[in-house]
Amino acid sequence: MATFGNLSDRLAETFKNLRTKGKLSAADVDGTVREIRRALLDADVALEVVKDFTGKVRERALGDEVSKALNPAQQVVKIVNEELVEILGGQQRRLEFAKKPPTIIMLAGLQGAGKTTLAGKLAKWLAKDGHTPILVAADLQRPNAVTQLEVVGAQAGVPVYAPQPGNGVGNPVTVARDGVKYAQQKMHDVVIVDTAGRLGVDAEMMKQAADIRKAIDPDEVLFVIDAMIGQDAVATARAFQDGVDFTGVVLSKLDGDARGGAALSVASITGRPIMFASTGESLDDFEPFHPDRMASRILDLGDILTLIEQAQGAFDEDEARKMAEKFSTDSFTLDDFLGQMQQLRNMGSIKKMMSMLPGAGAMKAQLDNFDEREIVRTEAIIQSMTKAERTTPKLLNGSRRLRIARGAGSTVTEVNQLVQRFEQASKMMKTVAKGGMPNIPGMGPVPGGMGGGGGRGKPQPKKKGSKSGNPAKRAAENLAIASGEKPALGAGVSGGTGFGLGAGASGGSKKAGGPTEDEMAALQKMLGR
Amino acid sequence: MAERTPWSLSGALRGMFAKKLIDDETWDDLEDALIQADFGPSITEEIVADLRAKVARYNTTDPTDLHRMLREGLEERLSKLDSTLNLSARPAVVLVVGVNGVGKTTTIGKFAKFLRTYDRSVLIGAADTFRAAAVEQLATWAERAGAEIVRPQAHGQDPASVAFQTVQRALETGTEIVIIDTAGRLQTKGGLMDELTKIRKVVEKQTPIAEVLLVLDATTGQNGLTQAEAFIEHAGVTGLVLTKLDGSAKGGFVLAVQEKTGIPIKLVGQGEGINDLTGFTPHVFAQKLVG
Repeated sequence: MATFGNLSDRLAETFKNLRTKGKLSAADVDGTVREIRRALLDADVALEVVKDFTGKVRERALGDEVSKALNPAQQVVKIVNEELVEILGGQQRRLEFAKKPPTIIMLAGLQGAGKTTLAGKLAKWLAKDGHTPILVAADLQRPNAVTQLEVVGAQAGVPVYAPQPGNGVGNPVTVARDGVKYAQQKMHDVVIVDTAGRLGVDAEMMKQAADIRKAIDPDEVLFVIDAMIGQDAVATARAFQDGVDFTGVVLSKLDGDARGGAALSVASITGRPIMFASTGESLDDFEPFHPDRMASRILDLGDILTLIEQAQGAFDEDEARKMAEKFSTDSFTLDDFLGQMQQLRNMGSIKKMMSMLPGAGAMKAQLDNFDEREIVRTEAIIQSMTKAERTTPKLLNGSRRLRIARGAGSTVTEVNQLVQRFEQASKMMKTVAKGGMPNIPGMGPVPGGMGGGGGRGKPQPKKKGSKSGNPAKRAAENLAIASGEKPALGAGVSGGTGFGLGAGASGGSKKAGGPTEDEMAALQKMLGR
Repeated sequence: MAERTPWSLSGALRGMFAKKLIDDETWDDLEDALIQADFGPSITEEIVADLRAKVARYNTTDPTDLHRMLREGLEERLSKLDSTLNLSARPAVVLVVGVNGVGKTTTIGKFAKFLRTYDRSVLIGAADTFRAAAVEQLATWAERAGAEIVRPQAHGQDPASVAFQTVQRALETGTEIVIIDTAGRLQTKGGLMDELTKIRKVVEKQTPIAEVLLVLDATTGQNGLTQAEAFIEHAGVTGLVLTKLDGSAKGGFVLAVQEKTGIPIKLVGQGEGINDLTGFTPHVFAQKLVG
């Protein structure tokens, strides 16, 4: 039990056994299918979905496409992946906006699924895209849900329509209807209606939800469901589908260690697409849901695409280009080093980013030990240097180092280590830049760590960098992933190597490999361990 | 006869026990029913294997016997641990922890009311300083239950300091029972879990903690076990509270939690009303679950 934390780990284990085989017998297939069944059940995928899924996988695995394949085991992995994507809905769907504003979005779900928080996240996300959303407080049931929505709205910088105090007072249907009218008057182009949490078996409350739906005729009804939900996902999803007929699903609390189960069940049973995922407590922890990526995540291929997008958001492209130039001309300074580190921090929690990398399952323990404050310490050291010292680290003699250590509240040893790391990194970077090998603009320091790890396939951690420098048209990226190779565009292009991931999707050969630990070490070294 | 609540498994089992003889289909149905009740594949296999052995031993083919054995088996497993709340200390400090959205605040409201009906004086500490309007929500419940509340002095105040002030006030006023609410946190967030350890330490400086209750949502699946393990490690959980049993989820995973961790279920919540909280009785639970 404890050995298999989640679906990814579990399937990885199963496939490891398969991968060593050149030929699959019916017994092998049955054994694997049984393991998949258990893994899926342990991951809380609904029983009927599991039965259906394993049935399909078994049938295909015994068919010609596998027995004739060069590597049958890989073929099975591919089948599982395809079937997962199929269930999860294949393509990503976007919000549909009304032709004539306002677009009305209604939220529904069980108690504690995270509707109110999600309302804030959605509003903030829409506002960032140039919309002018308004929140409507139609949860008049739970004590102070209205207050909570007001606070969330204030945090998101979005107005809240809350005519009723809540706590059992007021009629949610009326509030919802008035809310929409109010939005029309005030020219808001999106209305988000938060409703009370309700149980699928509570006929009266389901009727109320249906009444709200009828009264406001929403363009989208989003069903918010906790990623940790168990077998009851089926009953609940059906009840809500019958009751309010939702148009899309939002998966909340996806930042926990429960992944996949509920997503698979709900998507498969209701046929409604999962549109968004909510991944943390801050209002920014919200992203469109990508079915193909989720399938990869389940298969432990990591969530590279999401990572790329985050990195792209955080890194400044001009910055990255400048950096690339600096590398090649040897004018890379400690200041730049610091700048990069700060950019890296902008990207959000490093732990979170790293957990999206392939093979992260195996790294989990190390991730837990990883201390993000290392970065802060490194920053402190660099900031304790004078301008001159930062541009010309050669100046740093013993007494200067002692002064810096005191100023940063650390020891001379730590200062020494940092300087050494920096030198290594800039040297490495220079070679790389000149040699035309994968150049990682945003990400100078990494290669330093890489030196230790050596070899291809290593560069993974710095993948983030690669994206950054890479104007990386998403389409191209997608293609790359699909075909397993990385197109080389422009100046700052990364090597396909680590990204072999794409190949992983079809081959599965990538994960569970040895390098993960080295990569970790490399990354830690770079971050100042 | 137990009433047929939507929560009960009896619906799923009815067809199976209505048959004349136990056959292969019976076993398949039983396994499916248990898995759908979130018992998880391991426990389900155990239960089914155990029942198969019993059926073979007693040489019975009557589904009614199987039904009875299932109920008794579940009851026996559930009643292995003592589910009595230990609140004899004065003040008895109860810390309530759990992941987001399981119903911690609601449970506290109901628990306070429960204690008030026995005429105990209750002081509630609003140490969930993180979630928007959590303090107000708790205050509403406290008012309904007739309990006192200690609020944080500022938004985002260190929860440990709120906990400290609450206990301090209880010591000054001689309040019998102190209940401390904490912010919901996913068990994967290391920093937040450490915060719990800190709250514990700070409270223990003044008085021992009587109970640490972990609130689990019945709709949760196998992840409940991971949650329990993490919270036990960081918060020293002494009892479980199972909430939202008024829905269609069966919460079978608590059996696994109870057995793997040795922490007993102490309370069950069955609705949003203030009186919808009861002590945990294995007999009643098994009876209702299996019918």
